[in-house]
Amino acid sequence: MIEIKNLQKKIAGNIILDDISFSVKKGEILGFLGPNGAGKSTTMKIVTSFWNPSKGTVLVDDINVEKNSILTRKKIGYLPETVPLYDDMKVFEYLKFVAEIRDVPKNEIKKRIKEVVEETGLKKVLLKPIDELSKGYRQRVGLAQAIMHKPDILILDEPTTGLDPNQIAEIRDLIKKIGKEKTVIFSTHILSEVSATCDRAIIINNGKIVAEGNIEELMKKAGAREIIYVKIKGAKDEVLRKIKEMENVDHVEVKDKESDNIYGYEIKPQKNVDLRENLSSLVMNAGWSILEFRKEEMSLEDVFRNLTN
Amino acid sequence: MNKKYFKTLYILFKKELMSYFNSPIAYVFIGVFLVAGNWLFFKNFYLIGQASVREYFSLLPWIFLFLSPAITMRLWAEEKRSGTIEFLLTLPVSDWQVVLAKFLGALAFLSFSLLLTFTLPLSVSTLGNLDMGAVLGSYLGALFLGGSYLALGLFISSLTKNQIIAFILGLVACFFAFIIGADFVLVSSPQFLVPLMKFLGLGSHFYSIAKGVIDTKDIIYYSSFIFFFLWLNTKIIQTREWK
Repeated sequence: MIEIKNLQKKIAGNIILDDISFSVKKGEILGFLGPNGAGKSTTMKIVTSFWNPSKGTVLVDDINVEKNSILTRKKIGYLPETVPLYDDMKVFEYLKFVAEIRDVPKNEIKKRIKEVVEETGLKKVLLKPIDELSKGYRQRVGLAQAIMHKPDILILDEPTTGLDPNQIAEIRDLIKKIGKEKTVIFSTHILSEVSATCDRAIIINNGKIVAEGNIEELMKKAGAREIIYVKIKGAKDEVLRKIKEMENVDHVEVKDKESDNIYGYEIKPQKNVDLRENLSSLVMNAGWSILEFRKEEMSLEDVFRNLTN
Repeated sequence: MNKKYFKTLYILFKKELMSYFNSPIAYVFIGVFLVAGNWLFFKNFYLIGQASVREYFSLLPWIFLFLSPAITMRLWAEEKRSGTIEFLLTLPVSDWQVVLAKFLGALAFLSFSLLLTFTLPLSVSTLGNLDMGAVLGSYLGALFLGGSYLALGLFISSLTKNQIIAFILGLVACFFAFIIGADFVLVSSPQFLVPLMKFLGLGSHFYSIAKGVIDTKDIIYYSSFIFFFLWLNTKIIQTREWK
């Protein structure tokens, strides 16, 4: 479990993190969202004891990361954003070093490396020097390094940047698999990633948390409303007028045209009222017919833009 | 706990040592070191006509002056430039352990190079009667002097992420630390500073050991010099506010 209380970080007089508090429960996958430079990496650097906070505390399993950092570091596996690796080592040498320094018992090192290599798909490059690896393989080595000691907590800073779609899918699956038993925090600025993998997300901007919750809650918070799309066969002007007169309708407009008297309309309700029933009875009474009917939601991208602008 | 501490230190030390031999740096370094040392020595050896390696050990501080910063320049600068420092310092190891491992790795590498120069006294000893006691004393002195250069160079490397800057500054710093107690500097210094400068200079302590006189005072001096800069190094690393 990770508990972050009133975290502040100043670097050279600039406030990078401004009074951030949140907690991550065991077995939860938390997506850490925000534009570049929002403070995601800074938060991660503090949780992993690379940097000290200017103010506030971070507790990992109730242990202070500043005061007892050796203990908390043991619980954490960390993949920094830049995927730093020792380029002059071979993959195997590097993983062996990680296993040793991470206290994997000596007689289990080989077995553990084998497992990790299997999980991250590194078998082919095991004997290659790290500086000859492609970006995708580097990322995997970084990930292998982070999970080597079976940490309770995994912190991944933008683990999917620079990967191709297949690799992204693989890494996501791996995160999901690990997240079943472990706590995972990963940062990203790609929204679909959050909806694909996370239980919960935190959106951070300019060093402050702007929204927090599961995907639906985030949508609500951003003022995301359902939009109804309906295709009606009937006289356009009359349809428009009647819909406008309906209760709880904020806005209606013609979206597309199929033929002379078949149009698609987009209806925005006031608040979050379900208009569908009223709408269908309206159409019935007027003697028109509905040819298509669907609910559209504001995309995560819109939410993100709403919250961070 | 203690056993664990040294085990961690040993693993870090191994990693440091591995990085020397994984790159061509080690071989270039040893090659240059041996060739330069031997050439400079044998150039005058037959002119002097004495079965003595004292000349070699008076050259050594100057060779070390260039080579020690070359060993230490990348130790921190490279970790910072490539970002691996973030990996290294989020491992469950203390900053002090990392600093110490880097120093010991560098020292082991320097000792290894120094060991290879042992062919020199060996070949000289076939030509005449060589005082082996003095030779061993000189080696010890060289090791302490080299260690001091390395500690200083390592500290300088922690201040920058540019290897070239680390090298040049390291060279300058080692140079000053070495000559501050030399006679030609002392002559032109204010009288009241002379004892202090003589005490602080790396060089003045070296020549007494190199003569084969091992004085605990010198050993303590070198050890404190090394310790001081490793400690300072740890402080720099702890702030995490390096450039």
